Amino acid sequence: MLLRPQTACRPPNAWVLTISVLAGLVSLPVLAVVANLAAPSLDIWRHLAATVLPAYVGNSLLLMLGVGLGVAVGGVGAAWLVTMCRFPGSRGLEWALLLPMAMPAYVVAYTYTGLLDFAGPVQGALRLLGGWASARDYWFPEIRSLGGAVTVMTLVLYPYVYILARTAFLEQSVCVLEASRTLGRTPWQAFVGVALPLARPAIAAGVALALMETLNDFGTVQYFAVDTFATGIYRTWMGMGQPAVAAQLGAMLMLFVLVLIVVERLSRGAARAHHTTPRYRSLPRIRLRRWRAFLAFVFCAAPVAFGFAIPAITLAAWSSGSETDVAAFVALAGNSLILATVTGGLAVLVALVLAFGRRLHPTLFLAVLLRLTSLGYAIPGGVIAVGILVPLTALDREIAAFARQHLGLGVGLLMTGSVGALVYAYLVRFLAVAANTVEASLDKVTPNMEAAARTLGLSPLATLRRVHAPIMRGSLLSAALLVFVDVMKELPATLIIRPFNFDTLATRTFTLASDERLADAALPALAIVAAGLAPVVLLSRAIARSRPGDHS
Amino acid sequence: MRRLSRLAVATLTCALTVGTVQAAEVNVYSARKDHLLKPVLDAFSHKTGIKVNLLSASEDQLLERLKSEGKDSPADLFVTTDVAHLHAARVAGVLQPVTSKAIETAIPAAYRDPQGYWTGLSARSRVVFYAKDRVKPSEITTYEDLADPKWKGRICVRSSSSTYNQSLLAGLIAVNGPTKAEAWAKGVADNMARKPQGGDRDQISAVAAGQCDIAIANTYYYGGMLTSTKEAEREAAAKVGIAFPNQQGRGAHMNVAGAGVTASAKNRGEAVQLLEFMAGPEAQALFAQANNEFPVRPGVAASPVVAAWGVFKAEDINVAMLGENRAEAIRIFDRVGWR
Repeated sequence: MLLRPQTACRPPNAWVLTISVLAGLVSLPVLAVVANLAAPSLDIWRHLAATVLPAYVGNSLLLMLGVGLGVAVGGVGAAWLVTMCRFPGSRGLEWALLLPMAMPAYVVAYTYTGLLDFAGPVQGALRLLGGWASARDYWFPEIRSLGGAVTVMTLVLYPYVYILARTAFLEQSVCVLEASRTLGRTPWQAFVGVALPLARPAIAAGVALALMETLNDFGTVQYFAVDTFATGIYRTWMGMGQPAVAAQLGAMLMLFVLVLIVVERLSRGAARAHHTTPRYRSLPRIRLRRWRAFLAFVFCAAPVAFGFAIPAITLAAWSSGSETDVAAFVALAGNSLILATVTGGLAVLVALVLAFGRRLHPTLFLAVLLRLTSLGYAIPGGVIAVGILVPLTALDREIAAFARQHLGLGVGLLMTGSVGALVYAYLVRFLAVAANTVEASLDKVTPNMEAAARTLGLSPLATLRRVHAPIMRGSLLSAALLVFVDVMKELPATLIIRPFNFDTLATRTFTLASDERLADAALPALAIVAAGLAPVVLLSRAIARSRPGDHS
Repeated sequence: MRRLSRLAVATLTCALTVGTVQAAEVNVYSARKDHLLKPVLDAFSHKTGIKVNLLSASEDQLLERLKSEGKDSPADLFVTTDVAHLHAARVAGVLQPVTSKAIETAIPAAYRDPQGYWTGLSARSRVVFYAKDRVKPSEITTYEDLADPKWKGRICVRSSSSTYNQSLLAGLIAVNGPTKAEAWAKGVADNMARKPQGGDRDQISAVAAGQCDIAIANTYYYGGMLTSTKEAEREAAAKVGIAFPNQQGRGAHMNVAGAGVTASAKNRGEAVQLLEFMAGPEAQALFAQANNEFPVRPGVAASPVVAAWGVFKAEDINVAMLGENRAEAIRIFDRVGWR
């Protein structure tokens, strides 16, 4: 780090120190990946640029554009409708809209290709009806395509935007909305002119998460035969044996994400979306009738049907008849649930400390450090997994060497391949999810509250605990939930860092699916969804209740 | 974390000073599918009382982990599904040579590393599958012939990201030289019925469904479909025939799955024991029956499906070449637009 903390001249501040250590630990693997940047490799770059790189860049951009638009419209629209309107089914949809999040994208990809590709039942039935014999006799949209990838990723990623936008809409004060209505705005104008700008940090955070997830995805794009940056990184690293070039590609990807984040921040300009009034009361819900109600219902039910119901039913159909070892399943689910819960809680705690500390000490050093911690999320999982191994094994080997020399003990590697290492890996990968959510919410707490609390003699920590945490409760729960489901689905880092004889639902699903045994993979895939359901529903209810002022 | 490791050190010190006798065990990093390897490992534990600890992941990642763990790695045995990776592991210095009479007598030299760094444990061939109603088996002659324009719009094959395709082309580079190999890859890419997509089973299914007339795939996937519990897979496989190319010449392209003892092995004795067991008749039969692969140990019976394909001429594996030509193969794939 070349930048020196501006506080260096003062006695070291506990907050700055804590943040630096935490953020440093989380960004070590990212730095391990970037460390390869200097290696010369012009030859390979020339080869890539002349052959496949343009396609990687083009596909990645189109994919991001499609998914970005899809999740923004779908997520914000659905969040507004279920939060501010009442129509038949709206209460159920409030939590049902979260369900697709429990679906790993690659599993949804499996089910839709299974249903819609040439050899699948849908086209088979069409051929039977139309009397066609081969693919040349009729036209059917190709599911394994960019369009297919955009659709599937939008379906599983829109909940990121939905959950954050909904929390933001719930946290908003009615007074502001009412003021705009009193000033003559229609409900639509109030939505566009007041609610959207207020929720913008949250929406941007959600879209950013969805886009990073899009960029780091390897399984789904590979399945859909779409070559993106992630494909390129894997091929050059694993296939060509060029880790340096792969890291350079990865660094380009990170740079791209950084630019996106900065552009979004800059475009907000000096605007601050604080809630300036502390007055909250029940949100007035608009009751929709007839065709409006019908349209609203279709808009909110379609993502649930296509992102959850159809894939889940397909999996259930596939898994019927396969044998189940219940005890083994309970163990797998236990591993997944424990890891996801622990990491979820830890990630929120770390994110809160980091975000609040930066608010207390808004220095460039901390700002840069905090951005670094988010990048683990944008790098393809398999690559960051190796990035995690590098510092982990290095430290571990130091400890082993120390034990050998000074204690005369052959302790081996204590951390690598332990459950603790797994949790660390998850933090590296998913801290961005919690951080984005927490920061967006913290941004909306007016500094006046803090000032008041501090004036009244509370320490920063006490202010965080007694003022911010209660206000941000909904967002903190959302953050924990997002990390939870991400960990449930996490694959590449789990595969390589886990202990011996240790499996999660995700690793078991993948092992079977990657051997082209989709039918056998259906059951553990369903279990991921089922295990994720209870927390999704519980947290969704907690979020609904978390509206400040709704409980006391 | 620090407190945790300190605790662990303390616990270990205690354990060691008390003099607890630990049961024999062996640690395996494996890229083979769990359900294929597990029965073999269980049989080994049952027979010897040695506990086997298993970590399954992709071979590329496992190799990275082995490299970064260095001599402190807990792994004793590295199991892979592709010869290019065995070679890469040897080159990376994470394997050690093993001399074992049992292995030398059990496995033909063609399927072993000359210095004993690794041992092939089962063989598979990458061959051509054809639609029985549209293609006569006699039409399929050689791999080289697949680049002929007569196959235009008729071939299904998976992406060049698949190691199996990389090894196939690496083999052609070794036999015909890079220029001819590139022309071949270009010809095949031009003959494709669709953009490469899906796995090997998907290619065979596409032939059955009429989307293409021939497909390139590994033998055991076809065997798996023929014996599948799903009726649709069995029906699809029944419409498709298998043809071994280059029978008049060098033979069909072969690859092996195998294993090597790691350089860091703390349980070297147990690891060698496990390797020998895997080369033994019991484990060889398990590999052959469970995954329809070709047993490498002479005298072990192939599964009924595999036996029905009859005897064919197999190409000698030029292992080092397959490993070394992999990067070149990928560059060729990139250039000819075989995604």
